[in-house]
Amino acid sequence: MTNRPTKIVVDCTNNTETIVELTDEEIQQMEKDAENAAIYNAAREAEEAAKAAAKASAEAKLAALGLTPEEIAALR
Amino acid sequence: MANTYMLIAKVTVTGTQSNIQFTNIPSTFTDLLICHSLRTTRAAYHESIAMEFNGTGSNRTYRRIYGVNNMNIDNGAFMYGGQAAGNTNTPSTAFGTSMVYISAYAASRAKIALECGGSENNDTNTLRDMVASIWNDTAPITSITLTPENGGTIQANSTAYLYGIKNT
Repeated sequence: MTNRPTKIVVDCTNNTETIVELTDEEIQQMEKDAENAAIYNAAREAEEAAKAAAKASAEAKLAALGLTPEEIAALR
Repeated sequence: MANTYMLIAKVTVTGTQSNIQFTNIPSTFTDLLICHSLRTTRAAYHESIAMEFNGTGSNRTYRRIYGVNNMNIDNGAFMYGGQAAGNTNTPSTAFGTSMVYISAYAASRAKIALECGGSENNDTNTLRDMVASIWNDTAPITSITLTPENGGTIQANSTAYLYGIKNT
């Protein structure tokens, strides 16, 4: 008994559904896509974190210069 | 403006499925609209859905506005086909909701797909987005594949509807 992943295919000519096992090629592609997505998402999250850290640092420096929270918010 | 909407096909997922494919889409409409409500097995609050036309991952680009904790923009060689709930999204009855509008899908020029989506959860880690994707290909769209981006599977009771739209 294999536990091969499946997909659901809807034929629009007659609205029938078929559950089909993925081919080896499709499984490899799916794994590759997931790997690429993980790399991309990790880079995106790191960039967002760096951006948030830079923003917090800039706001702290503005506060140290004497700007009020309302004045800092007005700059955004 | 569109003045007729016709349901072409609908699907309710049984078991867990790697993707949903609409095949043999008739070329008799002007535009297409996909509405779906999906939940995936991804161990996260949300999952993005990748979209392919005619079974090819080539010639795809997107521009996106999205928010997780804050608002961001990005772009890349990909097409987004909506947002789904991840498996840590609670309650277990929570799903994502998305719409994808594809104009002039049978025309012999590049196709644009406009998507907006999010999940039924107010957590700050849940991604919501608006995306404009382009498939730079002159072939008419005859099939659409919706796949969880991070390799998870689509859970049972997820639904997807494909509508054809005519402007006359």
